[in-house]
Amino acid sequence: MNIQIKNGTLVDPRNGVDGKNDIYLAGGKVAAIGRAPDGFKAERSIDATGMVVCPGLVDLAARLREPGFEYKATLESEMLAAAAGGVTSLACPPDTDPALDEPGLVEMLKSRAQSLKLVHVYPVGALTARLAGERLTEMAELTDAGCVAFSQADAPLRDTQVLWRAMQYASTFGFSVWLRPQDEFLARDGVAHDGEVATRLGLPGIPSFAETIAISTIVHLARATGTRLHLCRLSTAEGIDMVRQAKREGLPLTCDVSAHHVHLSDMDIGYFDSHCHVVPPFRSQRDRDALRRGLADGTVEAICSDHTPVDEDAKQLPFGESEAGATCLELLLPLTLKWANELKVPMARAIAAVTAQPAAILKIDAGHLAPGAVADVCVFDPNAYVRITREHLKSQGKNTPFLGYELPGRVRCTLVAGEIVYEA
Amino acid sequence: MPYSPSEQGAMKNPQLNAEGRLQHLLTTEGLPREILVHVLDTARSFLSVGGREVKKVPLLRGKSVFNLFFEPSTRTRTTFEIAAKRLSADVINLAVQVSSQTKGETLLDTIDNLGAMHADMFVVRHSQSGAAHLIARHVSAHMHVINAGDGRHAHPTQGLLDLYTIRHYKKDFTGLSVAIVGDVLHSRVARSLIHSLTTLGVPDVRVVGPKTLLPEGVEHLGVRVFLDMREGIRDCDVIVMLRLQNERMKGPLLPSAQEFFKSYGLTPEKLALAKPDAIVMHPGPMNRGVEIDSAVADGPRSVILHQVTFGIAVRMAAMSILMGS
Repeated sequence: MNIQIKNGTLVDPRNGVDGKNDIYLAGGKVAAIGRAPDGFKAERSIDATGMVVCPGLVDLAARLREPGFEYKATLESEMLAAAAGGVTSLACPPDTDPALDEPGLVEMLKSRAQSLKLVHVYPVGALTARLAGERLTEMAELTDAGCVAFSQADAPLRDTQVLWRAMQYASTFGFSVWLRPQDEFLARDGVAHDGEVATRLGLPGIPSFAETIAISTIVHLARATGTRLHLCRLSTAEGIDMVRQAKREGLPLTCDVSAHHVHLSDMDIGYFDSHCHVVPPFRSQRDRDALRRGLADGTVEAICSDHTPVDEDAKQLPFGESEAGATCLELLLPLTLKWANELKVPMARAIAAVTAQPAAILKIDAGHLAPGAVADVCVFDPNAYVRITREHLKSQGKNTPFLGYELPGRVRCTLVAGEIVYEA
Repeated sequence: MPYSPSEQGAMKNPQLNAEGRLQHLLTTEGLPREILVHVLDTARSFLSVGGREVKKVPLLRGKSVFNLFFEPSTRTRTTFEIAAKRLSADVINLAVQVSSQTKGETLLDTIDNLGAMHADMFVVRHSQSGAAHLIARHVSAHMHVINAGDGRHAHPTQGLLDLYTIRHYKKDFTGLSVAIVGDVLHSRVARSLIHSLTTLGVPDVRVVGPKTLLPEGVEHLGVRVFLDMREGIRDCDVIVMLRLQNERMKGPLLPSAQEFFKSYGLTPEKLALAKPDAIVMHPGPMNRGVEIDSAVADGPRSVILHQVTFGIAVRMAAMSILMGS
C-alpha cells in the first residue's frame, strides 16, 4: 500500500532530519521524504498535524513469555502491546522455558512471530545451555537461526572461567555478548537496594557493589578477549562512571538502562508496593540521577522497556515473595519523553535513545527513515497525555508502578514494513 | 498536566483512616506522638485487670479476633490470646504453616476465607517484611489488622511494650540514653523501638553491634552507631538486648556464639559502665550466655519479666483502641 504521512514533524536522528516533512511509503519501504516521488499515488493519507513522525521504536529487552510462560502473556498479546507503544522491533531475552539455547526453538519463535505479522522480533540467544552457566551454546548455529546476540538474561554466570571462554568464543565470530552485571553472591536473597529505605522497611538489600564488581570482572574479560560487549540494565551511579571510563579507554562497549529506572528510586517502594519489585532494584535518587545524566551525555546509548509481564497473583504477595518485573512496552515512549522533558533534552536526542542507537547495538537496519529503509514508523502526539490504567494497557501484564499516572506522548499510529499495525 | 498518585495507594499511610484514627497497627513508624501516648495510657488502665479475681472486661464482647501466625511463635501468640480474652473477645488461633498454605492457597486467599467467617481483627505474624501491610490493604473497611511481626520490618506491639516499660521505670523520655544491642540487622523489635523512641523525643538512641549485624544506613533512622559495646552502653539509662537467632551464630555474619558473647554479651562487668539505675530489657526468648549473662538476666536491674506483664496490657490497649472501644 502507498501511504503518505503529511504535516507532521519528522524526527529521524540517524539521518539528521528534524522538521516539518511529509513522508511517502511504498512497497513496505520509505519511498521519499519531503516531496512525493514521481507518479506516487497515496492509497492512504495520514494527517500528522501537531504530531511527531519518527522511526518505529527499537526495544532491546521485551519478554514475550513464549515459550513456557503463556499464562503470563502470549506472543500475540505482547506484540499488540508493542504496536500500541510504537515499538516496531524488539529483542527478546532468552529466559523462556525452555531457554533459547537451541536453533529449533529460535526458529519456532521467529516463525510464530512472523506469522502474526505485527512487529519484528529479534531473539537473543542463551550464552550457555539452559542458562546454567556451564556449557556453551551453539552460537554459530543459533546465529544462523536468527539470534542477534548472546546473553544470560538474569541468570547468574558464577564461573568466571566459563564467562571468559564464552566471551572468547563469541568474539571469535564477532558475536555480541550482552550481560546484566550482578554478582550473584553479593545479591543473594536481596530484593531492594541496600540503603536507607531497605533498612527502614526491613527488606534484604542488594548493595551497589554487586553491580560494580560484576562490571569490573566483565570489562576485564572483554578487554582480554576483544568481545563486543553490551551491558544491560545498569542501575548505579558508579556503574555509569565505570562505563564512561571504559569508553574513554576505547573499549567497544555499549549499555542500556530500563525506562522505569530512569524515573524511580527505592523511595517509590513506599509501603511495600510490589510493583516496585524489579531487577535490578530501584536504587537511590543519586543513582537514578546518574542514569538520567548518563543518557543525556551519551554514556548510556539506549533506554529499553525491560518489559516483564507478571500476572496479578504473583504480585499480590509480600514484597519479597512477589515476582520481580514491570510491564513497560506501552510506557517506553512516554517514559522516554518524560525524561527528555524533565532534563530538557532535545526531542531528536530522546528519540535516538529508543530508535537509532538500540538499532546500532542490534546491528540491524532499523531505527531510521532514509529513503529505501524499511517503513517502520511511529506517529505520536507529544503534547497529549496518556493515563496509564489496567484497561488502557494492551499487555497481559498490568504490573507497573505508573498505574494511575498521566504520561506524555500518545501513539496515534504504528506502521511495520509499511502496514498499519496500530491506530488510535 | 499533573501526575496523579499511584492507584495502588502504596504511598498513603495505611494505618490511619480518613479521620486520622488508628485503623490498623502495622508499624510504629510515622505514628503521631499522641497515638503512642494514648496506647500507653490505655495500657496503664488495663494493667490492674490481670491482678483481679475476675480477669475480664467486657469491652470486646462479641468480637472475633483471629490469631494468624504464618511463622511459629508461642510467646507472642499467647500474649495476644490472653489480651483478647481479657477483653472478652472470641479468639481463634490459626497456625497457618500447617494448614492451608501448604496446600497452595495464597496468603490473600486465606485472608478472604477468614474474612468470610466474619473476623473483626487479624493478628498477623509472617516471615516476610510487608505482609501485614499487604493484608491491611486487602481486607474490607470494618476489619482491623495488628502486625505481630513481619520479617525484619516491624513488631509494633513489642515496640510499644518496650516503650511502656521504659516509661514505667524512667517516667520521662526527654533526657534518656537508650542502647539497643546485638542483631539490629534482622530485628523488627529494634526498628519498632527506634521509631517509638525518636517520636517520643528520646535524645540519645544508640545501636550497638558488629558491622555484620547493623543494616546499611541505620544512622538515618536517628540513632548513633557504636561498634564497641563498652562505649555503646556507657552512661546509658536503658539497655535493650536483642535476641540472636541460632542460625546466625555461625556463618558469614559471626564466627561463633562464644565470640559474640565476649564482644557483645551483657555481663555484670559491662553493665557497670551504664548508669547505676540503668534497666536491662530483652524481648525474649533469651539466649543465656550468648547475648546476656544469667547474672544480669536474673539480676536486680533486669525488667525482662515485667515486660511480659506489660505486654498483655499494651496488647489489650491496642486491640481496644483499634476496635473503637
